[in-house]
Amino acid sequence: MADDVLDVRGLTKRFGPLTAVDNVSFAVRKGEVLGFLGPNGAGKSTTMKMITGFLSPTEGTAVVQGHDVVEEPIAVKSRIGYLPEGAPLYGDMTARALLNFVAEVRGLSKAERKRRIEEVIEQVHLEEVIFRPVETLSKGFKRRIGLAQAILHDPDLLILDEPTDGLDPNQKHEVRTLLQNMAPNKAIVISTHILEEVDAVCSRAMIIAHGKLLADGTPEELRARSSTRPALSVRVSTEHAEKARTVLRGLAGVGFVEIVGRVDGVAHITAAPSGEQDILEPVSEIMQRESITVEQIIAIPGSLDDVFRQVTQSKAGS
Amino acid sequence: MRNTFIVAKRELGAYFATPVAYVFLVIFLAAIGAFTFYLGSFFTRGQSDLAPFFNFHPWLYLFLIPAIGMRLWAEERKTGTIELLLTLPVSTFQVVAGKFLAAWLFTLLALALTFPIWLTVNILGNPDNGVIVASYVGSWLMSGAFLALVACLSALTKNQIIAFVVGAAVSFIFLMAGLDIVLGAFRSWAPEWVVEIVASLSFLTNFQQISKGVIDLREVVFFVSMIGVFLFANTAIVDLKKSA
Repeated sequence: MADDVLDVRGLTKRFGPLTAVDNVSFAVRKGEVLGFLGPNGAGKSTTMKMITGFLSPTEGTAVVQGHDVVEEPIAVKSRIGYLPEGAPLYGDMTARALLNFVAEVRGLSKAERKRRIEEVIEQVHLEEVIFRPVETLSKGFKRRIGLAQAILHDPDLLILDEPTDGLDPNQKHEVRTLLQNMAPNKAIVISTHILEEVDAVCSRAMIIAHGKLLADGTPEELRARSSTRPALSVRVSTEHAEKARTVLRGLAGVGFVEIVGRVDGVAHITAAPSGEQDILEPVSEIMQRESITVEQIIAIPGSLDDVFRQVTQSKAGS
Repeated sequence: MRNTFIVAKRELGAYFATPVAYVFLVIFLAAIGAFTFYLGSFFTRGQSDLAPFFNFHPWLYLFLIPAIGMRLWAEERKTGTIELLLTLPVSTFQVVAGKFLAAWLFTLLALALTFPIWLTVNILGNPDNGVIVASYVGSWLMSGAFLALVACLSALTKNQIIAFVVGAAVSFIFLMAGLDIVLGAFRSWAPEWVVEIVASLSFLTNFQQISKGVIDLREVVFFVSMIGVFLFANTAIVDLKKSA
């Protein structure tokens, strides 16, 4: 498609007998935030290293805005902002000197350099540390400097390998907000194993394991792949809790039942289906028949965690 | 070209950001002084030239150049910054050349700081300053050849100690290539022309020619092409590691 910023075509990487990335193809459009999910060692980082031109693919290629990374690596690199895994930085430089170095290599003019460095320092909140050597800084600051150097030249494509790793919840939130703000004008690929992050920032998610692409869709679509139907949270007054549990346990199609908590005289009972069928109707029916007053029934949607485990484990060893 | 200078500037800064540069300069100057005055009998030989000074340069370079060059690539691999550097829009050769240039300029600084000995010999007598200039140029060219060699070996490992030891060992072979210690290993099996080629690769022989005072095009071409060959090999090694 014309507005594809990144087009990955049959990317394959073999290290001797090991196939780290196996024929991975996908495209990312402007405005998309693609979450790259997968267990450790799944090939997420290797794929990113090939797209950014750090590793050469065994087969296949990646095309960034019409430029092939194998044929024109410099053209591709100048269009990408990349945060490598672990955010490696020159420890002996100050944050400012490091950003200046990257800006110089990226070909920014002197005035532009000054302006952009001020901007990114503000965007990722580095004001207090810019004149300190990078090696003396905390992991969170290092990660943010890595992020700053990636967005310095305002690239159309951002490749971020675990951008929020090592950040505290506030910082994670800030980075996610930053990504959301930038998203409309860029194509962004992030790798993560934090599933809540996919819900927070990604418009699309891909699951990769053993180097193979196993699932691709919006977070909602992926969630719908969960084989378990929604579980229910049934809320009844505490005096009916034991009875409700016994009744639910006796109900066909219901597997797991547990009283998970009692809050303000209301017991929360989780009931999970044992099979494929929906249990909402039978549960509300039997509650009525047993004349247990139900305060509320809430469907708990299938979690991305479930999908992630199902997708990555079913293929394990294949 | 621009990118090469930007990389060189950062590398040069990195030497001075840590005590490495200062330690190196002090040791280099102290050692060269000690060798010249004690082992080289600078005063007692009663000649106003710098031969005893320059004679020790190849031997000092044997250990000090690997100390400067070992970090060039090994450190980047160890800390992972190589991924940051090589995903910037620069060609591998620009980075290779930039790193080499930084280290080479650093040795130029070290050489320049030996100026008091040049002043001394000029105050005490009337040396042939042409010979001295030629020797300085030759020494710097030779340091460049050593550096390019060590940088190339540094790209093979992420361990700086290995880079140092292997760098010093291979430097020794190139330094001594014109002498029996190296040639003996070839004479027993290689044809005469191979032995002659190996002998012609000797850094020591080529440097001694220059330090006699004649900057012959042949020796200059020798050192410059050694630098070229090793920088090319360095680029090839870095590129090969990408597909490994």
